Amino acid sequence: MKSSEHNDELIEILLSDVLEVYGYDFTGYSRASLKRRILRLYEMDKFVSFAEYRYKIRTEPGYFKRFLEEITINVTEMFRDPAFYKTLRTEILPRLGTYPFIRIWVAGCSTGEEAYSVAIFLKELNLLHKSLIYATDINSEVVATASQAMIPLNKIKLYTENYIAAGGSDQFVNYYTANYSLGKLRDELKSKIIFSTHNLVTDNSFNEFQLILCRNVLIYFDRALQNKVFELFNSSLEKFGYLALGTKETLDFSSVAKNFERLKGEKIWRKIH
Amino acid sequence: MKHCEALVIGGSAGSLDALLKMLPGLSAALPFPTILVLHRKPGKDNILTNLLTAKTSLNVKEIEEKETLMPATLYIAPPNYHLLIENDRSFSLDASEKVNFSRPSIDVTFESAAEVFGENLACLLLSGANSDGTLGLKAVKENGGIALVQNPSSAVVNFMPQYALDHVSADAVLDPSQMADYINKMA
Repeated sequence: MKSSEHNDELIEILLSDVLEVYGYDFTGYSRASLKRRILRLYEMDKFVSFAEYRYKIRTEPGYFKRFLEEITINVTEMFRDPAFYKTLRTEILPRLGTYPFIRIWVAGCSTGEEAYSVAIFLKELNLLHKSLIYATDINSEVVATASQAMIPLNKIKLYTENYIAAGGSDQFVNYYTANYSLGKLRDELKSKIIFSTHNLVTDNSFNEFQLILCRNVLIYFDRALQNKVFELFNSSLEKFGYLALGTKETLDFSSVAKNFERLKGEKIWRKIH
Repeated sequence: MKHCEALVIGGSAGSLDALLKMLPGLSAALPFPTILVLHRKPGKDNILTNLLTAKTSLNVKEIEEKETLMPATLYIAPPNYHLLIENDRSFSLDASEKVNFSRPSIDVTFESAAEVFGENLACLLLSGANSDGTLGLKAVKENGGIALVQNPSSAVVNFMPQYALDHVSADAVLDPSQMADYINKMA
């Protein structure tokens, strides 16, 4: 694989294969990152030709699973961007506490770290018992991982620091038991999370929520697809519900922006219409 | 190089020193964008943006995703994201795994820019303590672009530029005092 235009053409062929054979539509994804990951997998798995790569993806569903896993980004952490979690804990969740029942959607949950982080803060605010968190991702493998509630022990130091910086009121160590190289999160947290696959590109709204978290997912979509997803979120949020995005993402350019008001300082919007 | 369409500068430990010496000399009317990828700790502060704004007459801004590249502008890659460039000359961000223990990784941006700008790209690698940037410079050369490296003897930490010079044939090895002049002449 040499020239850049040639590579671009091959990427488009692969994406149309994936749509045709498996029904996954990546055509609205930003290309640069997708291309980097597709070429990286090609090199990692030592294919001798693009034709072989293409054939394997088209004909082996098992390999397609690996392809999907490698080209979708599954990097996440607990209490990612602690300042955001601090606002969530001190401003947003207490307001949701006035509702008889709290429904939260973590869209693009990857391996579940953000869903568990939210569950921990709900517990500390004594709201977990009346909450339900829907954690969804396009990739069934990571959803399966998420439902196991395990965190690698080498991440514990980072997560503990994040937890403290986000204003956690307990000790992070009280939320897991160490078991060889993994930490098992307390069952109580998981009991209020429903894990499921959901494709933001093709699937519809499935409930009405008071809070939707979708952080560092939309950066991978082009403007048109971002807009489509914002419309999905708009129709999935109750009036006065909140939408939380990643630190570099914005609702501002979308067609539903007029329905929302942004909280000062954070990438959190409240639906006002 | 036919004409410069973009300049990408990568730096790590000690690179601010070189930047602060170089920036005041850059022409305010550079007809291409300058993109800065620095290894730094994530945080909400705008200290770096403010510091650099005070040192240059270029328009300085931290990158927003999907923003279109404009000339005479110094773009700063946000911490904790890789920075990529799309074929339509807009920026993409990517929160995937660290590369060379770094996010943003200089290699990722150099390689992405090399694919898009080909022979109309110049990349400059500054002071630093790891090997990030070398593979990126290789990609720049393979696509016909210009590879510039800070003179290791002028660097606060010489590992990164020295490692690059050991593996890539650079088009120029520059002291911070020579950089602005070299860049202005690419206009």
